[in-house]
Amino acid sequence: MAFESLSDKLSSIFKKMRGQARLTEKNMEDMLKEIRVALLEADVNYKVVKEFTNNVKEKAIGQDVLSKLNPSQMLVKIVHDELVELLGSDDSEIHYQNNRPTVIMMVGLQGSGKTTSTGKLAYLLKNKLKKKVLLAAGDVYRPAAIDQLDQIAKQVGVDLVNLGTKVSPVEISLKAKEKAFNEHYDVLIIDTAGRLQIDEQLMKELNDIKDAVNPDEILLLIDAMAGQDAVNVANTFNQQLALTGAIMSKLDGDARGGAALSIRHMTGVPIKFSGVGEKLTDLDIFHPDRMADRILGMGDVMTLVEKAQEEMDEKEARRTANKMMSGKFDLNDMLENMRKVQKMGSLGGLLKLIPGMPKISPEQQAAAEKEMRNFEVIINSMTPYERSNPDVFKFSRKQRVANGCGKTLADVNRVLKKYDQMKDMMKQMESYRKSGRMPPGGLGGLGGFGGMGGFPQ
Amino acid sequence: MGLISFLKDKFKKKDAVTETYSKGMERSRKNFSSKLKNLSTRYKEVNQDYFDELEEILIESDVGINFALNIIEEVLNKSEEEGIKDPEKINEILVDKMFVGYASKGDIVNELPFYENTPTVLLVVGVNGVGKTTTIAKLAYRYIKQGKKVMLVAADTFRAGATEQLTVWAERLGIDIATGKQDADPASVAYDGVKKAKENKCDLVIVDTAGRLQTKANLMAELAKIKRVIGKEIEGAPQETFLIIDATTGQNGVVQAKAFADVTNLTGIVITKMDGTSKGGIILAIRDELGVPVRFIGLGEKMEDLQEFDLDKYLYGLCVEED
Repeated sequence: MAFESLSDKLSSIFKKMRGQARLTEKNMEDMLKEIRVALLEADVNYKVVKEFTNNVKEKAIGQDVLSKLNPSQMLVKIVHDELVELLGSDDSEIHYQNNRPTVIMMVGLQGSGKTTSTGKLAYLLKNKLKKKVLLAAGDVYRPAAIDQLDQIAKQVGVDLVNLGTKVSPVEISLKAKEKAFNEHYDVLIIDTAGRLQIDEQLMKELNDIKDAVNPDEILLLIDAMAGQDAVNVANTFNQQLALTGAIMSKLDGDARGGAALSIRHMTGVPIKFSGVGEKLTDLDIFHPDRMADRILGMGDVMTLVEKAQEEMDEKEARRTANKMMSGKFDLNDMLENMRKVQKMGSLGGLLKLIPGMPKISPEQQAAAEKEMRNFEVIINSMTPYERSNPDVFKFSRKQRVANGCGKTLADVNRVLKKYDQMKDMMKQMESYRKSGRMPPGGLGGLGGFGGMGGFPQ
Repeated sequence: MGLISFLKDKFKKKDAVTETYSKGMERSRKNFSSKLKNLSTRYKEVNQDYFDELEEILIESDVGINFALNIIEEVLNKSEEEGIKDPEKINEILVDKMFVGYASKGDIVNELPFYENTPTVLLVVGVNGVGKTTTIAKLAYRYIKQGKKVMLVAADTFRAGATEQLTVWAERLGIDIATGKQDADPASVAYDGVKKAKENKCDLVIVDTAGRLQTKANLMAELAKIKRVIGKEIEGAPQETFLIIDATTGQNGVVQAKAFADVTNLTGIVITKMDGTSKGGIILAIRDELGVPVRFIGLGEKMEDLQEFDLDKYLYGLCVEED
């Protein structure tokens, strides 16, 4: 790695501070310098960095550094508060119309992820908010852009207005709006051609679309990897089109998205969604406070809980939990839990959300995910009877299962051992419950995580 | 003679390529050189404030904080040693140092190598949305014009519409393309494609791959596999691996280059969309940190707008204000 992520960087700075009894001008100067470098490396705009470090300094000096808080805690708080302010301190949502379709227009530079995000947004609106969604394929220039949106629309299961590449985007948008109104759709999302901001002609086309359909929302796609120029890009789009919001794409990479953060600060355009992966499900509503937490390495527990809630049927989860608590936890349950964890997304993506989770490398993540798949294969090769009664396993049954799935005896043993460990853990949790204390860590409550199985220590 | 006046002299008479450069880099130049000029007219003598502002200009160009700090220090040292206080001279020294910083990292041959009996395999990699497919079309066009027999391989079986997009290009260019089904194993598509290119005695086969973020371990492993199977069909291939980087990319570009160099034998960078940004300093940061050279530069949307990277022309485009 060329440099640590902003989150790592700040946490190592705070660690250095931790040993120190009080906040002095001297040690704060060091810290501010490092924060400055970290922010610049995260592509936060130079001017925003300047302002940010000045604000932190002012607030830190103005406060009573000898209060009961230890100095590093206080600095975390100041930096955090400052970051939240930088990111905008409110939740920002799409403003839906009640009695007519809401029209959303997606704009952005080439390759910022418009078409993919159009699909993700459609998925989110359809499945989470139960909206009837219509898409319009307005990118008539990039070869196969319409094909791409067509495939995405089919995957999501929403309708698409596709008039080919011979019709002007304005006309396509108008036709789509007409259809949306006549057939009572809740939301129309118009995908537009990607453009370099300098291209006046295409900018004009965007304005023409805007004038023609009068959209309720104009969302700008921002690449989390964008450099110092991102602010200028957002400014130009904002001046030309009066944006109502932005979507940060590619936040699942290791770019910290610093430049995108400066956009909020310098243009006032709120960030409404963040793209966190390649799958259609990988679009989250953007929460500035949580983003600040994430930058500071405090984890993003709320997002995780929400994710878990969506994927786990609550009733079923309670049933599993009860089963676990009563010690009647079998291999079926273990498999079920593993599948749920997988459904929530990549293991790495999930682990990043849990504070205090050990940092693991992508290779370790991949190994853990592979191990989970192995477990699944092995359990699938057992008979239903064996799955509900794991105690019956002796050599010959193990051998048969190993042969059946093409794994070794040792692999099968590992599954059974893991199962035993988990069962023991459940028993322990049960005794915690009876004694009225919570287990340390408190993660057990999420149930599904018991299935993380062979996660390397 | 300082580099700036040397460049001015050299490019007094503009040929078509220099013209393309200066047009494609218009935004960068306006940003960088006019800021430099503005700075030097505001100060009579350089002082700490001057160097702070110089640092800001450099960092805002995405050249990387290390590169910026090092170069400022070098210029500062030289200014102190030789007692140079004239802002214009200081700016000359800055540009000199930028040139040396890039050039001292080794010789560069931009054009692809070609062999008697075996095709040159060019593997094209990068994160999502940087313009891989379009760049491939432009590279193909370049070598078709040089009389080479070129073939494309659409090994991006993941993104919806990617194969169609490349197929459209192949048709426009009138060349062969090997494709696979949606979600097919990209390594097998690459293998079959390279095999076909060998049988058809192509000079150059360009393999498109799906955009991937460098943090996705399984996708990076997939890339390593693509590279491996190509090597099975043609020994020593892919002889060239280009990482495509969007000129608006910030410091993550360096991380990208490192990660891709880990799983492939990265031989060059192609920087795209240079005409859309006022920055593009990431070129210098990557060269500074990894030594991987920029081979081609995308200066516009037209086929001819993909140009061989030329440090003189780049710096001319970046630092010299048009009269």
